[in-house]
Amino acid sequence: MNTATLARDDAPVRFYELDEHPHPEGHSTMLGFWIYLMSDCLIFAILFACYAVLGGNFAAGPGPRDLFDLDLIALNTAMLLFSSITYGFAMLSMQRNRLRQTQIWLGVTGLFGLAFLSIELYEFQHLIHVGATPQRSAFLSAFFTLVGTHGLHVTFGLVWLVTLIVQLGRHGLIAANRRRVACLSMFWHFLDVVWIGVFTLVYLMGMLR
Amino acid sequence: MTPPPLPATDPIWGRLSLNAIPLHEPILIATFGAVVLGGLVMLALITKYRLWGWLWREWFTTVDHKKIGIMYMILGLVMFLRGFADAIMMRLQQAMAFGGSEGYLNAHHYDQIFTAHGVIMIFFVAMPFITGLMNYIVPLQIGARDVSFPFLNNFSFWMTTAGAVLVMVSLFVGEFAQTGWLAYPPLSGIAYSPNVGVDYYIWALQIAGVGTTLSGINLIVTILKLRAPGMGLMKMPVFTWTSLCANILIVASFPVLTAVLALLGLDRYAGTNFFTNDFGGSPMMYVNLIWIWGHPEVYILILPLFGVFSEVTSTFSGKRLFGYTSMVYATVCITILSYLVWLHHFFTMGSGASVNSFFGITTMVISIPTGAKLFNWLFTMYRGRIRFDLPMMWTIAFMLTFVVGGMTGVLLAVPPADFVLHNSLFLIAHFHNVIIGGVLFGLFAAINYWWPKAFGFKLDVFWGKVSFWCWVVGFWLAFMPLYILGLMGVTRRMRVFDDPSLQIWFVVAGIGAAIIAVGILAMLIQFAVSIWKRDQLRETSGDPWNGRTLEWATSSPPPDYNFAFTPVIHDLDAWHDMKRRGAERPLTGFRDIHMPSNTGAGIILAGISTVLGFALIWHIWWLAGLSLISLIGGAIVHSFNYKRDFHIPAATVAEVEDKRTRQLSAAGA
Repeated sequence: MNTATLARDDAPVRFYELDEHPHPEGHSTMLGFWIYLMSDCLIFAILFACYAVLGGNFAAGPGPRDLFDLDLIALNTAMLLFSSITYGFAMLSMQRNRLRQTQIWLGVTGLFGLAFLSIELYEFQHLIHVGATPQRSAFLSAFFTLVGTHGLHVTFGLVWLVTLIVQLGRHGLIAANRRRVACLSMFWHFLDVVWIGVFTLVYLMGMLR
Repeated sequence: MTPPPLPATDPIWGRLSLNAIPLHEPILIATFGAVVLGGLVMLALITKYRLWGWLWREWFTTVDHKKIGIMYMILGLVMFLRGFADAIMMRLQQAMAFGGSEGYLNAHHYDQIFTAHGVIMIFFVAMPFITGLMNYIVPLQIGARDVSFPFLNNFSFWMTTAGAVLVMVSLFVGEFAQTGWLAYPPLSGIAYSPNVGVDYYIWALQIAGVGTTLSGINLIVTILKLRAPGMGLMKMPVFTWTSLCANILIVASFPVLTAVLALLGLDRYAGTNFFTNDFGGSPMMYVNLIWIWGHPEVYILILPLFGVFSEVTSTFSGKRLFGYTSMVYATVCITILSYLVWLHHFFTMGSGASVNSFFGITTMVISIPTGAKLFNWLFTMYRGRIRFDLPMMWTIAFMLTFVVGGMTGVLLAVPPADFVLHNSLFLIAHFHNVIIGGVLFGLFAAINYWWPKAFGFKLDVFWGKVSFWCWVVGFWLAFMPLYILGLMGVTRRMRVFDDPSLQIWFVVAGIGAAIIAVGILAMLIQFAVSIWKRDQLRETSGDPWNGRTLEWATSSPPPDYNFAFTPVIHDLDAWHDMKRRGAERPLTGFRDIHMPSNTGAGIILAGISTVLGFALIWHIWWLAGLSLISLIGGAIVHSFNYKRDFHIPAATVAEVEDKRTRQLSAAGA
């Protein structure tokens, strides 16, 4: 490496990087995306806090025990957990440079995600049908908003997933696409973690109320 | 006079009808006329001089952090004039409305003005100003070529602008909220605010909030990842440190605002019961949540300016900053403590003595790191060769003013005292004392300090001094009477008064505001005169103040790539160290420089968001659906663009740098 300058001190000091290696493209994307996830996590934190504070305000309406069907929720949770496992397989395939396999595992992940969403929508439709609407009480407002926001995130993840499968088909496993797959992976697992919180706080503890 | 009730929702126009235009308000109609006329003249001029292409290519689609920074500053300045117009209208009304006089503003209009004043000054003046400042200076100070995510930077700016546009539209189409700047429910709920005002408030802040959060993430990653070699965290300039902390606060608090406004929106749009009085809702939940955002917010505003004062004090005292390490720790302490004090905004809620004591004590504790900072600045000045240029004048005015504001803050932090002073004009005087004396004075110091860097010429000193003295004198005259009135028990947001003995104080405050208006005018003249006389004020060295940090190592204005060769840092005050040890600029061996490409995606997506917000405000559902779909579609289309960068060829770099070499030798000769 060159030295650009001399100094009053004895040893020459380098003040400019003459032989520069630019930062590799997208080298800070993962950190940035992780910080974004933490900001999203705060949104969920607020929704959880609202549920914790308002969750007992039934306004003489139905409570969790009257409404929740744990078997259905267990099935739903299984769908989401499986989708996280299959996303992990997609990541493994990507690391082995197997494009087709990566796409297939992403597709399977999407199907599990879709199953999760369908069950959730069925649950919502059932609740509204029996009169437990978001307007009925603060408890139900907080419940629908927390669970619904999670569901919206999954929906958004699905749109992203489909886009990514197409982009993988177009450009293959180039660095930009690998980065995107890794970001979506963080997003997907993050939603899984949030769901564990929902399952515990809303459904399991709800049955104890 | 309240506006006519909204029509039933029409499938095509939603709630929008010709009645939405406030024809019954002559002030608004005149303003509207002036805006339309001025706007047309501007559009005509741009068209006449064929500037559209240039604006689009060089500014609207730019991903250059410097240009985006300047655009943020312009946005802040424009909105500042609007916010100040609101302020002077309030001062006039309160000085007039005595002895049975109703003043000249009706209640409906007056309530919108005090709401808009607060919202605009915080979200669309202070935030764009500090974001613009950080955008411009931070990458230069850490020796980077741009921010980590240049496209997101452009997108963030346009989202902030989209929010500002919605607030401005509310002036002429419909109305703005009449709830006060934080829109407490149940007043802001659909039952008591059935009109569009609160909806404008919600969507303007949501859209701008996306921009703010993203720019916060962007700057954190930039500071953590793009520092020049050798610049460890404890070698970062103080402004970069305070920016880092401010951006961490942004990312850790704006999502809270997003969530709480979304919940308020659900209450209004979907009929949920988060903050209603019935069906189990809790309005105090809203007040808690919004202040969990709101208190960190005031530190988001002030921290970067603490950084500015540090840079200015050390530069203009010709000394290294006293107590750099303690300054950094004080900043970090304030960052953490700012999350532990939110309840002091509503001691009167009735949480009980223990809770109030806790929050009262944490609030008082914040004054310790802040006080440490003040002593650091004073000790930096002690035995320094102080140059009283404009940035230093603003800094000294800040120290004197802010200390008073800080002390009244400590008074308010005592819960029993707060029971007397809550919601009084004493509080108003306190927070204007710290926001004007801290944030605005800091911004003016920063503008005078870094203007030569951004434009290559200094600002005119005479008009700068006129502005300085008008601002400082006007500020004290405008707000000291409010302290007195507050102690006498006058509450905020009053439109008319019964007790004639109070009037004199409001008249004095009004005179103060008028003097501030002269200060603002003088500042605008200062900018105009400086641009006019820019050849006389030209500054070619790139280092007009004998600066100490890296931004002064490059030319003014800096080239697109900031630094032809990335500097290597050995010491705090890197540029001072380089000068001291005779570092020489390399004149040969330039390389191609990798840069991000411009893109129109940011302005297009933000434009669609504006339409989406407008459609949601007016319940035009088909348009809302359409713009939501195009927003998502647009983002997907943008994600298919993989070619986002280019290289500036070495020959071009050499050309630019040779020009700079000639400029420097001419200046030296």
